[in-house]
Amino acid sequence: MMTFYWVSLILVSLGFTGLLFRLVKGPTIADRVVALDAIGISLVSIIALLSLIIETEFFLEVILLLSILSFIGTIAFAKFLERGEIFDRNNHN
Amino acid sequence: MSTGVIFSLVTALGLIRLPDVYTRTHAASKSSTLGVLCVLLAAFIHFWLIEGIFNTQLIIAIAFLFITAPVGGHLIGRAAYMSGISVADETVRDDMEVAIKNQKNELLNNKTPEE
Repeated sequence: MMTFYWVSLILVSLGFTGLLFRLVKGPTIADRVVALDAIGISLVSIIALLSLIIETEFFLEVILLLSILSFIGTIAFAKFLERGEIFDRNNHN
Repeated sequence: MSTGVIFSLVTALGLIRLPDVYTRTHAASKSSTLGVLCVLLAAFIHFWLIEGIFNTQLIIAIAFLFITAPVGGHLIGRAAYMSGISVADETVRDDMEVAIKNQKNELLNNKTPEE
């Protein structure tokens, strides 16, 4: 069972490396944002596998926290790309 | 769990291979969501059955990821289209372009009589 966890951790890390390649090379900004979002999600699964390997349940809070942070970052980037600012100061529309 | 790992690999492959932003968002939002859901479900079952810990945070994380990851994909795709990134060359039809052009024409026609 432990070998299975290690093998899956290595495979997910391979996928992580592919996402890093897209993050470095991506021709547009939106490509890089997509790659960052997918990197956050794949980091969540890497943490889950790590907490299975070293048999502790204290990392599971990190999973929830990281998914929330990744979602907020994605939304901030998308709003910045679309309107040029993240927070609307005055409500003119 | 192996399903989750396979889907994570497919995500990376799709992000490398597909031609433009929109197909990449398609790959990233769907398959990575399903992959991480399978891995988290496996972790939950492992902690529940083997170590006897019923962990609620994992359930909350699964629900949260299931809701928010497609929303994030949608927002990135929309922002990419609005900031004027062109679609791939293989695209057959583009309905958004026609709609946005019509909207701009309507805005122009409404604005000119008032001024």
